[in-house]
Amino acid sequence: MAVELPAWAGLAPVLIMAATAVALFLVDSISPRSTNRALLSGTAATGALASLAAAVWFITAGVGTPGMEGGHGVIELFDGQFVVDQLALYFMIVVAVVTALVSVASYDYLQDHAYQAEYYSLVVLAATGMSTMAAANSLVTIFIALELSSLPSYALVSILKDNRGSVEAGLKYFLIGALSSAVFVYGISLVYGATGVMQLDAIAAALEESAAAGGEFAYDGLLGLGILMLLGGFAYKTASVPFHFWAPEAYEGAPAPISAFLSSASKAAGFVITFRVFTTAFPLEVTSDLVGVDWTLAFVILAIVTMTLGNFAAATQRNVKRMLAYSSIGHAGYALIGLAGLSADGGELVMGAAMMHLLVYGFMNTGAFLFVALAEYWGVGRTFEDYNGLSNQAPVACAALAIFMFSLAGIPPFGGFWSKYFLFTAALDAGLVIVAAALVVNSALSLYYYSRLVKAVWIEDPVVDRDTLAQPTGLYAAIVFAAVMTALLLPGFGPVVDAAVDAAAAVIA
Amino acid sequence: MMIEALIAVALLGALVTFVAPNRIAGKLAFAISLVPAALSLWLFSAFDGSGNALLDGELAFESQFEWIQLGDYTISWFVGLDGISLPLVVLTTILCSLAILSSWTPIDERESQFYGLVLFIEANLIGVFAALDFFAWFIFWEAVLIPMYLLIGIWGGPRRKYAAIKFFVYTNVASLLMFGAFITLVFGLGDVTSFALPEIADAMLEGGPDGLFGLSGSALASVVFVAMFLGFAVKVPVVPFHTWLPDAHVEAPTPASVLLAGVLLKMGTYALLRFNFTMFPEQVAAYAVPIAAIAVISVIYGAMLALAQTDLKRIVAYSSVSSMGYVILGLIAYTQFGVGGATFQMVSHGLISGLMFMAVGVIYNATHTRMVTDMSGLADRMPIAVGILIAGAFGYMGLPLMSGFYGEFTIFFGAFQSEQLAYAPLFTAAAMFGIVIVAGYLLFALQRTVFGPYRLETDYDLGRAPLHDVAPMFVLLGLIILLGVAPDLIFEMITDAVNPILETGGEL
Repeated sequence: MAVELPAWAGLAPVLIMAATAVALFLVDSISPRSTNRALLSGTAATGALASLAAAVWFITAGVGTPGMEGGHGVIELFDGQFVVDQLALYFMIVVAVVTALVSVASYDYLQDHAYQAEYYSLVVLAATGMSTMAAANSLVTIFIALELSSLPSYALVSILKDNRGSVEAGLKYFLIGALSSAVFVYGISLVYGATGVMQLDAIAAALEESAAAGGEFAYDGLLGLGILMLLGGFAYKTASVPFHFWAPEAYEGAPAPISAFLSSASKAAGFVITFRVFTTAFPLEVTSDLVGVDWTLAFVILAIVTMTLGNFAAATQRNVKRMLAYSSIGHAGYALIGLAGLSADGGELVMGAAMMHLLVYGFMNTGAFLFVALAEYWGVGRTFEDYNGLSNQAPVACAALAIFMFSLAGIPPFGGFWSKYFLFTAALDAGLVIVAAALVVNSALSLYYYSRLVKAVWIEDPVVDRDTLAQPTGLYAAIVFAAVMTALLLPGFGPVVDAAVDAAAAVIA
Repeated sequence: MMIEALIAVALLGALVTFVAPNRIAGKLAFAISLVPAALSLWLFSAFDGSGNALLDGELAFESQFEWIQLGDYTISWFVGLDGISLPLVVLTTILCSLAILSSWTPIDERESQFYGLVLFIEANLIGVFAALDFFAWFIFWEAVLIPMYLLIGIWGGPRRKYAAIKFFVYTNVASLLMFGAFITLVFGLGDVTSFALPEIADAMLEGGPDGLFGLSGSALASVVFVAMFLGFAVKVPVVPFHTWLPDAHVEAPTPASVLLAGVLLKMGTYALLRFNFTMFPEQVAAYAVPIAAIAVISVIYGAMLALAQTDLKRIVAYSSVSSMGYVILGLIAYTQFGVGGATFQMVSHGLISGLMFMAVGVIYNATHTRMVTDMSGLADRMPIAVGILIAGAFGYMGLPLMSGFYGEFTIFFGAFQSEQLAYAPLFTAAAMFGIVIVAGYLLFALQRTVFGPYRLETDYDLGRAPLHDVAPMFVLLGLIILLGVAPDLIFEMITDAVNPILETGGEL
């Protein structure tokens, strides 16, 4: 007999994360000076993997499929404040994957570091926030989840207390983050003022009602301003132009595993709320009727500007970590195409493609930053020249790096090629010829700086003679796993496409 | 699932070799590469396909299943062999084994990575020739670039970084052009919802694209034809896109040169045959004269450039440009002997150029110079290597009973009687003049290096080359003579697969 799970079990991926965070806090309070790295990193990784397993199990079991009976359909909790659908589960998977990778990699990175338990509990707590963002269905829960992920992130960026760069980065990140939160909250209040409700589907209902009543809407200006401000908050969270200034600073100053965490998981979480808010709360036709503005236009501009600016800035960097940070801004631009294409038929394909890109990105970008973590662990320095000839000492890690770089650039045969190709065709399909062209031009440009790193580690001769370098288990395991996944996504892309497109279609419909 | 097994063995072998210790990597890689070689020979003996893979032919070792579904379009895993691709797969596996054997001497650092990359290339090359879905094909096509870039960039000569980047940029830009063009074409072919090449070929021959972006159907087809031709032409390479080739060849380590000349260049002509010459018969007819002109210019100009070189490896590299020019001429002739001879010449040139690069490599290992002006009288000091160099040169010149003769003769024969190509006899005659130049520079180079008094001042021991350097060259020489004596070993299956192309083009 099948066991009927209670409805709140739908949030299992989030709850597991939260429980893991609490468990880590518990370890910390029992033994505050604990430096048992295996225990701490193991707990964090196990928690993340359990969360991943739960999310994968749910998504394969069909939880969140609209219209399915028997506890399998879309699960709504707390009167719809949270909703567990395929979109939520899909992004919970992305977050859990990145968290697991980062936790495993931190095992070596945090060697001889003072705040071990704090570090892991903050990571998992932030991941809890990000998973919650995936399921949040009301402006209130979204804001709470956003802060739940942001506050630990501020601390994590500046956790290297003796490192001035880290502290400065944390401060900048915090100030800009606080400002954007303020903007975001103000946006929420304006939207609430205009519609009188917080829940996303209720907002949509309110707008539709006004539209049906003859298009007279007393607060169109208020609503428009509110939407703009929400957009600003999202742009900050996803490191999109014009709220991207914090990203290179924060990613450069933060410990490299945290940079990986922020640029992959946190960005993906930012995108899931953006996707959900704009598809659920502000249905395109109604909103453009009432406010007079088609918000996909804003995303078209944002996407093009973000990817172009990110890629051009990345091409001029000398510091590897900053290069990755700017390239991560460029990739935010690619993912924004998912929202830019919603106005056309087949919008679910565009958004699905953007979701696929975020999943692939979760592996390849995390892997790339973890390689930087490895380089920091070795103490080889920060510029491209410092990386010269590393493949002599560490061929496996450098092979993985080559996979990440070529995948990020969108060269076959790696996962990044698929997701970029699907973005490209879906954008063309939606009639966004200019966006598609910008995607291709930017990808071509990005090959320049990605291949520069490959060239540095593989082809250039080392500047300084190096002895054999240590091969830290945790970092290697995480990097190799990410590389294997980036490569294996190629034969296994079918299920990813299905999951992403189904999830996108369900949200848009 | 035999083709999958071939690819999988090479891929897994690449992984195993990559992490194996340097000491055993060469022997391990050779042992692993014997498996695909043996398997491909078995495929050759068990081949039961007929007709052309893209034109309703019976495929051998076919397997197809759905891979990814996005929107209306289906991408599938689709592989199979016909008479055109099978010889090239066999060429690939054999040449890879021999290339690995011939790198035991010159490669003395980071061996495991080197051999891992060679096996990785092998897997992808097999994939290129076997894949029949555009995506599967394109992924293999592009995946060849990265290991070759690294092979040149890490193990190459003094200007390796420049050569590697140039190679990568040229071929990658060309691939993107071709990719964009082909995808546009598929979108333009309204009712096609899959990327399976046979289906696309069918749709092209049934009526062609509907038009897209305000272009009419025929204009779209022309644009795509030209863009794809340019994309493949860089890979071939034809003049004026050939400049990456001598750089890449000269800087690449011997085994990489062997693979580059032996198989990678064939990717270009193979793709031209599969895409341009099979799917666009109308455009082929319309652009016959300019393409033939490009082919003839490549033949003559490539040979003239070779004539002007003093670096032995550069001479061999430029000679590839003219040899591949013959292949293009054969294709554009669009007759049974023209296209069939061109396909035969792909295999033949793979063997002969591989042999030449190996011989040059052995001489370089011994003398540490490649300059013709520095060498003299090598015949006395290293008789075996020199003998093979001379044999290879004769093969290039088209000595009867060697495969080069049959390939070139059938191409000229086919080109001369071409009905589609205006001034066919004129083009053929001009291309045949290329043979004279080829013979000229090869004999000139041989005369200076091989004969005359020995005057190389060097401490290197010019003794007998070790067995693992010589054996691969003898195998290649044996194959060259075998195909020269009994060309029907493969020519029959080639014409069997070529005829349907000409039938749909109205030539048979």
